[in-house]
Amino acid sequence: MSRSHLHPTPPHLRAPYLRAPSRAAFLAIVAGCVLTLVLAGCGGARTAGGAASATEPRPVVVFAAASLTAAFQQIAATNPQLDVRFMFDGSPTLVEQLGARPDVADVLATADEVTMGKAAQAGLVAADQRLVATNTPVLIVPKGNPGRITGLDSSLAGKKLVVCAPAVPCGAAAWAVARNAGYDLRPVSEEQKVTDVLGKVTSGEADAGIVFSTDAKRAGDAVATLPLPGAERVVSRSVIALVTQARHPEAATEFIRLVTGDTGRAVLASHGFTLP
Amino acid sequence: MNDAAAPSWIRAGHALRLAASVRDRGLEVRLDVAPGEVVAVVGANGSGKSSLVRLVSGQLRVDHGTVTIDDEVVSGPGVHLPVHRRRVALLEQRPLLFEHLDVLANVTFGLLARGAKPAAAVARAHVELEAVGCHDLAGRRTWEISGGQAQRVALARALATDPRLVLLDEPMAALDASVAPSVRALLRERLRGEGRTAVLVTHDPIDALSLADTLVVLSRGRVVEQGPVGTLLARPRDPFLADLVGVNLVAGRGVSPDTLVLPTGEHVTGVSPVPLSADHAALASFAPAAVAVHRNVPTGSPRNHLRATVTGLEPRGSLVRLTAVLGDGAPLASDLTVAAAVDAGLVAGSEVWLAVKAAQVSLYPR
Amino acid sequence: MSRPSSAVPLPDWLLLPAALAVLFLLVPLLGVAVRVPWARAPALLATAESVDALRLSLLTCVGATAVSLALGLPLAIVLSRRDGRLAGVVRTVVTIPMVLPPVVAGLALLITFGRRGVVGSALSAWGIEIGFTTVAVVVAQVFVSMPYLVTSVEGALRAAGGANEEMAATLGASPTYALRRVTLPLMLPAVAGGAALTFARALGEFGATITFAGSLQGTTRTLPLQIYQIRELDTDAALALSLVLIVVAALTVGLSGWVARRTVRRRTP
Repeated sequence: MSRSHLHPTPPHLRAPYLRAPSRAAFLAIVAGCVLTLVLAGCGGARTAGGAASATEPRPVVVFAAASLTAAFQQIAATNPQLDVRFMFDGSPTLVEQLGARPDVADVLATADEVTMGKAAQAGLVAADQRLVATNTPVLIVPKGNPGRITGLDSSLAGKKLVVCAPAVPCGAAAWAVARNAGYDLRPVSEEQKVTDVLGKVTSGEADAGIVFSTDAKRAGDAVATLPLPGAERVVSRSVIALVTQARHPEAATEFIRLVTGDTGRAVLASHGFTLP
Repeated sequence: MNDAAAPSWIRAGHALRLAASVRDRGLEVRLDVAPGEVVAVVGANGSGKSSLVRLVSGQLRVDHGTVTIDDEVVSGPGVHLPVHRRRVALLEQRPLLFEHLDVLANVTFGLLARGAKPAAAVARAHVELEAVGCHDLAGRRTWEISGGQAQRVALARALATDPRLVLLDEPMAALDASVAPSVRALLRERLRGEGRTAVLVTHDPIDALSLADTLVVLSRGRVVEQGPVGTLLARPRDPFLADLVGVNLVAGRGVSPDTLVLPTGEHVTGVSPVPLSADHAALASFAPAAVAVHRNVPTGSPRNHLRATVTGLEPRGSLVRLTAVLGDGAPLASDLTVAAAVDAGLVAGSEVWLAVKAAQVSLYPR
Repeated sequence: MSRPSSAVPLPDWLLLPAALAVLFLLVPLLGVAVRVPWARAPALLATAESVDALRLSLLTCVGATAVSLALGLPLAIVLSRRDGRLAGVVRTVVTIPMVLPPVVAGLALLITFGRRGVVGSALSAWGIEIGFTTVAVVVAQVFVSMPYLVTSVEGALRAAGGANEEMAATLGASPTYALRRVTLPLMLPAVAGGAALTFARALGEFGATITFAGSLQGTTRTLPLQIYQIRELDTDAALALSLVLIVVAALTVGLSGWVARRTVRRRTP
């Protein structure tokens, strides 16, 4: 080191600590790009197939609200003729994705009519919308009620209440119930989908949360339900519709019929939904 | 091996006592330095010179043994006084001035680090800069001064802390040949002139001669030669030293007070202030310039004649350095004029006779 | 003696892929600038939600950078002066949050500092709960951005070598004095650059924040979370806020580059 003025260290050797990782990172990026392209190509080829032989299950892509997760998966399992690929998320998120790529899904099912209305206004779904089920909000607490919550009242003061954001159907319902009851809702967090609210309550991070009754039922005894005043007046109507630019319209129509038919209704009822 | 002829002015006690070993570096040295003594340490690359310096400065830990400065054990079993408490200054071939400080702030650095008041530190710094001839550089940035000036400032910075020992690791190696003499003169004034104790590592025999009292030769981590500078350089007993000084060195056994016999059987006569003992090991040294080269056996005149085979010819400016080996493989060198080399038609492999006047051969016991 | 970079031979054909790379990065950023409704932008940025998100981001990022400096600088200095196997392991561990998906980071923080977490349950017993607070936002930001500070400062320290500090020691400077008066002043550009990187990373942090800290206006809804929240409802406002993020990021990176260039120009013979 004391002779470095005689032989200046070449730049590429000056900081050996940085040299190896940057070369590895470069190779990793290149490999990652190649892999992504290959997989995207494969994926595209697969879904572009569409109509296959009569014995193979027919593909159909369904975008559904998070609250419909368990019920819809069970319904899809009843018909092996259909190869249903689901994406469950907050209703507004689904509409946004559809807006970016209108042919990415075949069926859209939202947790309320307002969100479906937006999709219809944008021309993303057909005018014919079917009512699937209705859902009402409930107040849930973790098993054992560690926060000693008694309802939408002063017992929530200083405690951690989690709800959905107002733009999300379950959030709209929560805020509507609170408004009707004249209660000043002060959540510590506003989630983008109802399953996130449920998750925070079941893990104990939150003392209470407002979700749909079907979500509460799905959680079983991981949560306890408390009555919400006036909840029966705040009804969220889950709606299902055919996507305008669906790539598999026949399979899509068949799925919709399955959901709104007897099989579907039976499953929905068993999950706690109220049927029209 | 360590028969040091002690200078008469040595006072009792030692400024530095070193008897330590470091396994990883293959270093095992004993060295005693008296107060005010300047020791020059020479040796081939890798012989352990820098490790020795770092042992004293505290940058290297001992495996066995001790290092004592002014009767205080600074390195030893269970003891290691950290570098910043040893009060040992270090000057390397790179000045290593702090770039974020100007020249004056560099010189005050050590003083302020030890808790001096700013005003006193600045005053002292000006005195030190004056003493190295750099007083007008006080406000300059470190990249605005030349290499020689930077080394002077580094000296001022080191001496401002009143070190009890000064270590110098080839301080002139990075300087231009035209600048080195003035820095050397400054060092002579500040070290010998002020009676400081110092250990100087160098490759340059001129440094050793003008700055040091004692010369120590290191080889493979051990002291192989130690003694007064003048004596050792005038009559080197170690091939490395002979090389350093630039003289030829051959070994043999004494046959008469002023003659020795080489392993080849040839005799060498010369000047021997200390008469050689019969059959005892002895050395002969003579300058390459004193060696004449003949193609045929020279006649007459009181010269030493040695048979040799040429191994190489190397132009060096206006001279040609001829290297040859004696019958037993001992190397010798001769400096010829270009004309003489061409006239004799010498090439590698040529058989020659080397002639040296007895008056130019120095003989001494081994 | 280093030669000017323009003297190094450059194969001409490299300019094409280089240009493509620049376009790939530049066009989306320019796209945001083009789509922003400039006339309405000031009003969009002045809404309560926007102001809250901006203020919160600024506050938490400055806090996260400060914490990263307080904890990360010592770590960088220690790592730069130790070479053993333990140091190597620590270095690897410190780098992991840099390559981890932020959601995974959020999950890890949740398991640790959440109510039922390893550390969180102990804190809960004392009445301290980090979840859903601004503190949680800062924690998430520090977790993902401090490694940037540590690695960049350690790299710079190693490149600089320890010769100055060794010389300072021979002059009588204790290790702390040398750190204060030699290492840090000489390292200021590298530290500034590292801090800028840290700030920028904290500013863009999303996945860990939304998983661990939640989303509430004024408390935990930083700029990226606000953009995510309103991107479908009010795309114009989302674009305006996105532009703010891009501009701040550009300023941060530009500033650190300027600081670095300013100090490289000095060269001691």
